[in-house]
Amino acid sequence: MWKPRPEDNKPMSMNPTQPAQPVPPPVAAAAPSIPTQPKETPKVSEPHRADVGHIGKSVQIKGELTGSEDLYLDGSIEGTVDLRDHSLIIGPNGKIKAAISARDLVVHGRIEGNVTATGRVELRKSCTLIGDVSTQRIVIEDGAFFKGAIDIKEKSQPAEARKPLAVAASAGMSAGSGSSSSSTASSYSASSDSQGSFLDSK
Amino acid sequence: MSSSGNNLMRWFRGAGGSQSKPQEGGKSAPRTRRTCIGLGEFMRSLSSRGEQKTCVLDLGPTSPTNIALLTEMGVRVFNEDILRESQDESYCVKQEDGTLQFDATKFFAENLDYAADQFDAILFWDVADYLPESLVKPLVERLQAMLKPKGHLLAFFHTKDAGAESLYSRHHIVQKDTLELEPIQGFKLQRIFNNRHIENLFKDFASRKFFLGRDNIREVLMVR
Repeated sequence: MWKPRPEDNKPMSMNPTQPAQPVPPPVAAAAPSIPTQPKETPKVSEPHRADVGHIGKSVQIKGELTGSEDLYLDGSIEGTVDLRDHSLIIGPNGKIKAAISARDLVVHGRIEGNVTATGRVELRKSCTLIGDVSTQRIVIEDGAFFKGAIDIKEKSQPAEARKPLAVAASAGMSAGSGSSSSSTASSYSASSDSQGSFLDSK
Repeated sequence: MSSSGNNLMRWFRGAGGSQSKPQEGGKSAPRTRRTCIGLGEFMRSLSSRGEQKTCVLDLGPTSPTNIALLTEMGVRVFNEDILRESQDESYCVKQEDGTLQFDATKFFAENLDYAADQFDAILFWDVADYLPESLVKPLVERLQAMLKPKGHLLAFFHTKDAGAESLYSRHHIVQKDTLELEPIQGFKLQRIFNNRHIENLFKDFASRKFFLGRDNIREVLMVR
């Protein structure tokens, strides 16, 4: 004779092969848009941002590389790199033998070639840069290897207008132009502020 | 280099002829500060050259502090860590007896390739005490050629009392007359220069000014 079992009174599962799986907590199921873990704020140098081009470490390029978007470069390049008004990040595996032109440059890897930046250059502690640097501001971490010349350019007029923001954003050492002419006195004092922030950060 | 010069260099060679290659990115000990009269004079000489962009060559390990301070002054900074470069074994040539001899010509083919009279000032620090012997004299001659007339060169030398275990240091200019010394492991003191050796080595410079510090460092400010 058939006897009803207690579990027969429960509603039938749609997936009988997974009856033992715990039911997710109703809070998570009801509100999937609420993250259960704190989400990390993406860093500025985050290489996988959607609007940043990415060249992986196995990629080798010989020739001229130009672009009109930010680029994370972890491969090898021989030739020239021209990003004009955009940022370039050289990853830790990046090996560049090229003249580089960009707005901002962050270097974790190795560069052999001259660098021209209209904004800011950051040499991180793992980087090697052999070549001359021409930029408005430069940040060098302890441990970075640099061989060459550093030329701090005068700020152009549009950059001058943005100067207070740029100085406030400077987290590391910034070396500004320090011409002795009176016309650049304001730019010199702004650089002095950023120099102070560098010393504080250490 | 003349034979008498060779003999002189051999005579004052210090502890050990061979130099161990430093560890990559050698570990650093805590920093110490020292007031530096020679540096104060050096910086004053830079400030007085206001008519055009001054060029300074820093021959020590890359120091962000130095680059910051000098560029703030409107100086164009050149940096070459020549001691680290000199540790590259590719610059050594095998002799008939199997020993390795440092080849200065090979070294200068790839380093310090600058025009004559290019620099207003050179920061030599204490590099000379640690360099391979066959590089010291040709290097000083090269530096003299690279300096402009009346250009300044600042060098430090350990005195005998400093001891053979004196560590090579990275020099950070924290103020115009104050240095922060960051010892770097992996380099061995090669020799001790006394005043006469220094005068002989830099004899083609117009003047040499000596400052003896309490910490057994002799500061010398040379003017071409």
